[in-house]
Amino acid sequence: MDYADIISALAATLRLTTPLLLACLAGLYSERSGVFDIGLEGKMLAGAFGAATVAYLTGNAWLGLLAAIGVSILMAMLHAVASITLKGNQIISGVAINFLAQGLTAVLGLAWFHQGGRTPQLPDGGRFPSIVWPGATQFETVPIIGPIYSDLISGQNIFVYVAFLAVPITWWVLYRTRFGLRLRAVGENPKAVDTAGISVTLLRYRALLITGVLCGIAGAYFSIAQSNGFINNMTAGKGYIALAALIFAKWRPVPAMFACLLFGFLDAEQIRLQGSSIFGWQIPVQFIQALPYILTCVLLAGFIGKAIGPKAGGIPYVKER
Amino acid sequence: MADTPAEAAQRPSGGAASPPAIELKAISKSFGPVHANRDIDLAIQRGTIHGIVGENGAGKSTLVSILYGFYTADSGEIFVNGKLENITDSRHALRLGIGMVHQHFMLVDNFSILENVILGAEDDALLAPSLSKARKELKRLADEYSLDVDPDAIVQDVSVGQQQRVEILKALYRGAEILILDEPTGVLTPEEADDLFRVLHVLRDQGKTIILITHKLREIMAITDNVSVMRQGQMVGTMPTRDTSPEKLAELMVGRRVLLRVEKGPAHPGKALLEVRDLMVDDDLGVRRVKGVSFDVRSGEIVGIAGVAGNGQSELLESITGMRDQKSGDVILNGKVLSLEGDDGARRAREAGLAHVPEDRQRMGLVTQFEEWENNILGYQDSSAYGSGPALDIAAAQAQARDRIKKFDIRPADELLKTANFSGGNQQKIVLARELDQDPDVLVVGQPTRGVDIGAIEFIHNQLIGMRDAGKAILLVSVELDEIRSLSDRILVMFDGQIVGEADPATATEGELGLMMAGISGKHAA
Amino acid sequence: MSARRPLPRWADVALLPVLNLLLALIVFSIFVLLIGQDPIAALGIMINGAFGYGEGIGFTLHFATSFVFTGLCVAVAAHAGLFNIGGDGQAYVAGLGAIAVGLLLDQTSWLLVLPLSILASMIVGAAWAFIPGYLQAKRGSHVVITTIMFNFIASALMAYLLVYVLKPVGVQEPSTANVVNAGKIPQLRQFLPFFGNAPLNLTIVFAIAALFGVYFLLWRTKFGYALRTLGHNPTASTYAGISNSRMIIYVMMISGALAGMVAVNEVLGVQARIVIDVTAGYGFVGIAVALMGRNHPIGIGLAAVLFGALYQGGLDLQFYMPAITRDMIVVIQALVIMFTGAMEGLLRPGLETAFMLYFPEQKAEAQKRETVGTES
Repeated sequence: MDYADIISALAATLRLTTPLLLACLAGLYSERSGVFDIGLEGKMLAGAFGAATVAYLTGNAWLGLLAAIGVSILMAMLHAVASITLKGNQIISGVAINFLAQGLTAVLGLAWFHQGGRTPQLPDGGRFPSIVWPGATQFETVPIIGPIYSDLISGQNIFVYVAFLAVPITWWVLYRTRFGLRLRAVGENPKAVDTAGISVTLLRYRALLITGVLCGIAGAYFSIAQSNGFINNMTAGKGYIALAALIFAKWRPVPAMFACLLFGFLDAEQIRLQGSSIFGWQIPVQFIQALPYILTCVLLAGFIGKAIGPKAGGIPYVKER
Repeated sequence: MADTPAEAAQRPSGGAASPPAIELKAISKSFGPVHANRDIDLAIQRGTIHGIVGENGAGKSTLVSILYGFYTADSGEIFVNGKLENITDSRHALRLGIGMVHQHFMLVDNFSILENVILGAEDDALLAPSLSKARKELKRLADEYSLDVDPDAIVQDVSVGQQQRVEILKALYRGAEILILDEPTGVLTPEEADDLFRVLHVLRDQGKTIILITHKLREIMAITDNVSVMRQGQMVGTMPTRDTSPEKLAELMVGRRVLLRVEKGPAHPGKALLEVRDLMVDDDLGVRRVKGVSFDVRSGEIVGIAGVAGNGQSELLESITGMRDQKSGDVILNGKVLSLEGDDGARRAREAGLAHVPEDRQRMGLVTQFEEWENNILGYQDSSAYGSGPALDIAAAQAQARDRIKKFDIRPADELLKTANFSGGNQQKIVLARELDQDPDVLVVGQPTRGVDIGAIEFIHNQLIGMRDAGKAILLVSVELDEIRSLSDRILVMFDGQIVGEADPATATEGELGLMMAGISGKHAA
Repeated sequence: MSARRPLPRWADVALLPVLNLLLALIVFSIFVLLIGQDPIAALGIMINGAFGYGEGIGFTLHFATSFVFTGLCVAVAAHAGLFNIGGDGQAYVAGLGAIAVGLLLDQTSWLLVLPLSILASMIVGAAWAFIPGYLQAKRGSHVVITTIMFNFIASALMAYLLVYVLKPVGVQEPSTANVVNAGKIPQLRQFLPFFGNAPLNLTIVFAIAALFGVYFLLWRTKFGYALRTLGHNPTASTYAGISNSRMIIYVMMISGALAGMVAVNEVLGVQARIVIDVTAGYGFVGIAVALMGRNHPIGIGLAAVLFGALYQGGLDLQFYMPAITRDMIVVIQALVIMFTGAMEGLLRPGLETAFMLYFPEQKAEAQKRETVGTES
């Protein structure tokens, strides 16, 4: 494997990491505030559908992005009402939202576009292009750092940059702002926050709002950046991998980035390794496809074991007598 | 601690010229059909320490929660410094100068002390300026009221006394002039409690008003200027502390003459039934909590372990009863070393003849969602008394439950009622009935009368004495020193995971015990 | 404890789930309108499809059989405080057990195949649930995440086996060999032509037996008592000398075994072989069934029939209203799960207040409980 291959593998990794990272950070906000959210998958899928639909109808990718965010926020608010206001079981709510998205996108897709559940190809302007940085072609010939600039950093979709930028932003919000302090507090000891005169409910709703935004962006990436339209179930379980990455990273932003990079790398290699063999035994496609899930279980079993999350996670807040 | 008569005469204890710091008129609050507060009138003078005393459930916490804005009264009026106010939430209360120091600390464990102080009182969207301002202010408060803390220490790493200081600092940082403390000494050693009282005196002398909620009559007598007694949601009396006594207060609290001591005959101990040898136990986080404990409990005696909560007693109990693995050491029952490893150790402990009334009945000793008869078999569910094979003989279990209800006067007498619907005292009776009726050789009891009303306390104490007289070995752990002193035949004091001293309840004074509980004197001084 | 005014048992168990279902159907109707169809007609077609004729009823009961198994799977785990979302994967992999017995004993009699294939699929289903159970018990890995992962791993594993290992020579479609004789579970229509072409088969007997069995296990055995104790209060369970870790593993295995039985119904009862995604979706319907049925065998039986009706009605609906696909049923499923499971707080308080107003005994009962329970 030569240097060019490495660069292209890393470039593919970045592309595949992007939705994972956005979804992972989305989950970070909600879980840190004490609300379990396994509905990342559903929000992304719904967002992807919304983005493709609006982008197709208007020919404007930015409107599509807005639609994705809107739809995702809607579902996040559904989860918020169920979990926060109605104090329901947060895992069940997440499962329900995933199903809802799965079913609705298929039904509406078929009903509106009659193409077996997918949206039609996006018109010009309906898709986010990749961004080529200045001087990329000239730089390419520079040894070692050249390809890094021209093939790895340049030429990515804007979502990729947004996703990785979101990491230091999230870090800053979480640890350097008042909102972040209160967010972390409400996930550990909501009573302390309540008696300090801060609304636990409002704080958690705001966290889920951010979750909705980020999931929407992630969803839009699938249908109007990475691909050219919505395909049934196109998120293909990425939301669950993002969740696993979040747990692996112990709910911290920078480790989350590394966890997502790892899984993104595996995903990239899956496509590359198809057909190659190890010790003469041809690696079946299915094994590579299952590898992220197997690895997640191995990690959950071995390295993290009893991952201690936000103490108030999953427990609806009730003012006690 | 208390003022001299001259000082006391100078201190205003009622009817002062300036308006009361707090005045409540006809405050009522109900939760559904329960009247937590009924028509309460109360005046608290500025610059005094005012105690509010009452049993569990008397309504004290509800009352101050209304003052603090956590709840809103259904009817009545609140006057702060003479002005009628409608306190809507805790922020409003703070603006009026009312600050609360909770019984269960409202702290974020993995934050630093500084972060905890500014939570909710940050000035800015960005943290940095708030943090530096708070740091300076904390220094000033420390100097003025001798409330030293390390602002960067993480809360879960500091002592309980320190954590309480953080709570006080939080209130002072927000400009509280009126401080409410709810059962502040529950988790403190006598020395830490003295520290607290010293701070409270300084605060009072600087013009602050202190409201002290407690059920400990000794504290009331020691540091308050005035005291109010609450009973079953009503205010039954307010008086200057110097005009009353613990006996009079207890009578007001309960409404009838109360035995503050338990009647019992002398003990006749036999051979050792429970032996603990060099026990070392860690908690869930791997921290060593029991650091080499050895003692015996003989048949026919009650050994009481005194100590402030959090010195390893819980881990000790859990280890002896098989709920928690030991790091090393032995537990010997009836001469046989018990093997209690694994998460089903409690079963083996029971099989060896040990019964366990746990410290926290709702968390450990009962399944509140079960019907009464189902809790009656908890821990003994595999016994052949409830069926010889895998099937459960429900009729037998229910019959036995009915039997025990009669024997132990459990009310309501309904074995099919959900356990959550029984009162605290009756729930404790259910646990006791179950454990005592097994006729065990060794009985391990933790906090037997926590959250139990006075009538049931007498009953429970008598049951324990009865077991002792029947030749059982009883290990009693309680944070209520009075209970330990009145029930035990021998007292062991536990501090920081070790037995630091032994005392004879007949001769040991509270001062001696208190010092040992704080690790000052005794065999293994800290 | 905050003030609680409990509903009478019948309202809690029957009325509330029905109301939640109604709510789900109302929302469903909104979506149907959104795609320009007539919801009343749609519902009419569904009801007729499910109960209107013999073959329809047959299909309804056939689906219900599988849903009973997955509903019990979720319910048993729930009683122990565990959320087993892995029913799909467990049922899928259990197909291997079922088909193995079916093929090996294909030339014998169905009297041998039926019980042994049930046993085999239970064992394999249990095995697939064992690892997540073990990881939760010994390593604290959240069983929700691990079972979701194992669903995906099952998909990949079975795809591999069906494409590369088990596919008979000359067959295009990824699948196993066919059972031709005794391997096929006898269909009820052989005795009752009323059921037309529906694949309703003798597995339903085991479904009914499972309902009784689970009831007995949970409420009439010592094991069941220990299981429920763990579900209500793990600390009390340790206090009672119950090994929480061992119990978690046992429960997950029983849960997986219950899901596994679906394989006999689908693989041997319908397809006569394993095909890709032969049991897909049943595990998740099981969640809805368990929630609606309040984790109780009686409720699960009824809810399973309800969802069987939805599935069969949905098939007919697709036939007569091609604009509405099978995915619509997924939407109803999602709404039921949401309203019954997570949004309990939507209808319950209103219902409790209504009962208080109209039934004075209810109010008196509640007040009595209030004062007794809040003394200390």
